[in-house]
Amino acid sequence: MINLELPKHLEDLQALMRAVAKDVLRPISRKYDKQEHAVPSELSVLDQRKTQEAASPAKEKPQVGLREVRNGRAMGSVVTVQELSWGDVGLMLSVPGSGLGNAAIAAAGSEEQKARFAGAYAAMAITEPAAGSDSANIGTTAVLDGAEWVLNGEKIFVTAGGRCDHVVVWATVDKSKGKAAIKSFVVPVGTPGMEVVGLEHKLGIRASDTATILLRDCRVPQGNLLGSDQVMDGDKRAAFGKVMQTFDNTRPTVGAMAIGCARAALDLTYELVGDAGSPTYDGPLWQMSALAAELLRMEADWEAARLLVLRAAFMADNGQPNSLEASMAKAKAGRVGNHITLRCVELCGALGYSEETLLEKFSRDSKILDIFEGTQQIQQLIVARRLLNKSSAELK
Amino acid sequence: MSNVGDKLLFDLTPTPEQQLMRETVRRFVQREMTAKQVRAADEAGQEPAGFYDHVLELGFGLVAIPEDLGGLGFARSPVGNTLLAEDLAYGDMALAIGSLASLSFTNAVLDQGSLELQSQVLPAFTGETSRFGALALQEPGLGSRPAQPQMRARRDGANYALSGVKCMVPLVDRAEWFLVSALCEDGSLGAFVVPSDADGVSLQRSAYMGLRPLALGEVSLTNVQVPAGYVLGTAEQPFALDRLLALSRIGLAAVTVGTCQALLDYVKDYCNDRVAFGEPITNRQSVAFMIADIAIELDGLRLLTYRAASRAEQGLPFVREAFLAKLQAGEKGMAMGSDGVQLLGGHGFIRDHMVELYYRNLRSIAVLEGALCV
Repeated sequence: MINLELPKHLEDLQALMRAVAKDVLRPISRKYDKQEHAVPSELSVLDQRKTQEAASPAKEKPQVGLREVRNGRAMGSVVTVQELSWGDVGLMLSVPGSGLGNAAIAAAGSEEQKARFAGAYAAMAITEPAAGSDSANIGTTAVLDGAEWVLNGEKIFVTAGGRCDHVVVWATVDKSKGKAAIKSFVVPVGTPGMEVVGLEHKLGIRASDTATILLRDCRVPQGNLLGSDQVMDGDKRAAFGKVMQTFDNTRPTVGAMAIGCARAALDLTYELVGDAGSPTYDGPLWQMSALAAELLRMEADWEAARLLVLRAAFMADNGQPNSLEASMAKAKAGRVGNHITLRCVELCGALGYSEETLLEKFSRDSKILDIFEGTQQIQQLIVARRLLNKSSAELK
Repeated sequence: MSNVGDKLLFDLTPTPEQQLMRETVRRFVQREMTAKQVRAADEAGQEPAGFYDHVLELGFGLVAIPEDLGGLGFARSPVGNTLLAEDLAYGDMALAIGSLASLSFTNAVLDQGSLELQSQVLPAFTGETSRFGALALQEPGLGSRPAQPQMRARRDGANYALSGVKCMVPLVDRAEWFLVSALCEDGSLGAFVVPSDADGVSLQRSAYMGLRPLALGEVSLTNVQVPAGYVLGTAEQPFALDRLLALSRIGLAAVTVGTCQALLDYVKDYCNDRVAFGEPITNRQSVAFMIADIAIELDGLRLLTYRAASRAEQGLPFVREAFLAKLQAGEKGMAMGSDGVQLLGGHGFIRDHMVELYYRNLRSIAVLEGALCV
């Protein structure tokens, strides 16, 4: 039965996370925007490894084959991320214990690996100086030497790379085999040969550290390769696809960040403009004030983006393939989030532009959400290839 | 209407009954609303011969009418009606609105009419011949706002006397009843059932850039006498115009979704086949990304529309959600219509292709109010 309202257990989760965002994140939002690279020690109370039991919905078993509808972990995750991002996106990304590498372990790891790395705070290292969106072209290498993989290369833009305790590193086991040879490896922080060599200075999400990591003859156990070590010649797409599947989970989550950030900007704008922003639900927009009309347009876009994100998560929870829908959600939420936060600065004039309020910060933070985990253009490419039935050779 | 409370899970799956209806309607659309038939109807400004009789055979008009009035007596379902509007509009927006004109009229009477009014008005719609009713909520004039009608209703003995003008009313060439919104002397808003053959009713078909087979037109009332019982609302539940307008906005958003889905499918096929510079034009990002954006915005609009409908069905407040859905339908729908023509280049401008028809029809959504009611 078609229903697009959140069920009670997710509403409760949402309210809880909003309270956390309001009481823990928002008060220190400006502080860590100013103190880039300082570790936000206030966040230790939110350490995922301590709070997981309290925050996540009741444990579910996979129920493949059952026709019952589920609103489970994926939906809980986007609701949580949206609300925490309403507090502060940069701080949300800095909550200990919840790195993107954790999503990779969950998506591609074996049961044994999931158990072994339970409780890890894992960052994700994909991007290289010469390979961004083109992640099939990465140059970091992994060579098997006895019972150990030896990793060599340089990784940039590693979110939480300076604070995590594990890094999931993407590397190729055979550069000549292209996509099919790209594997991910869990590297515990402190492993000799892996070193954080720098932290970026950024436009926004300054509370979140973005590291450059060097790997020089860094050795990890053979069993730290996530998933299969087979390089399949026959079905390259499937092999690489397995690694890329991580994104089916993380893209709706980044969409949720954009929605949370945009909601924060809208809420603050309503506070600042007062009655002038009050909507009426009658007649054409051109009979309202330009301000009220613009706010309604943004509300409609925001709501559409939010529902696309929830749909992608709903599909994940119900075992439906959602690559297309995850990319749609990320594309729409990324651009809407950026548009809304920038427009709110404009609507509030000098006050919006000033550091007296957080509007200017939201508009700086939101830009990355239309870039990381696949830029707007990469999402459009994925959607277009699926819709038009094109290979990556046909639609470049 | 069932108020099912807060235990429902988020779910995008239609019920088995809705699924069955969708399959039936889709077959109907494939059979009765082919590109050729739709194009001919647009050129003629007239539905295909016998079209509304075939619509009647689908039987959806009976579903929500109470059994003792000759219907099937199921609960009226705004979600089911939304899916119906979407699926019919996949064939053609004008014929979809025409097909749903009587259902919109009966839905409005079911939603806010007294049992007495229902028993007087609804049985006519349960027979084996097509009968037509239409909503008349919109008014001419550049400053008109649907929630502030200029139509006036004055109490005149046992009757109301109505005077004013409505426009963009569907099926003025054949509707037997209009549901007319008006401002009463006491400042309240009312909706009145006006027989089209009453003294003082004058009907004039108008020519518009699109929706040409829909026979849109003006309904002018000069001191038309309407029995006092022919009015929506009851003592317990006074008439709410914003509710009626919101239900119509959901319907208009739904026909936009159906039309834009047809547009997306059309441009996908055309652009995949169209070769320029030695390869399909969809091998170019500038073309492919436009199509991707149509798909993304369309799905966003679809979800907005479903959410408004499902809130209406569950008895939750839905005026805001319906407004936002129609707002996106008017703006994004038109943008999709424009991109549809653009994607076909010069061919898109030629009436051989459906995209110019979608373009003209989609322009109506930001303008229309009250043509549909789910």
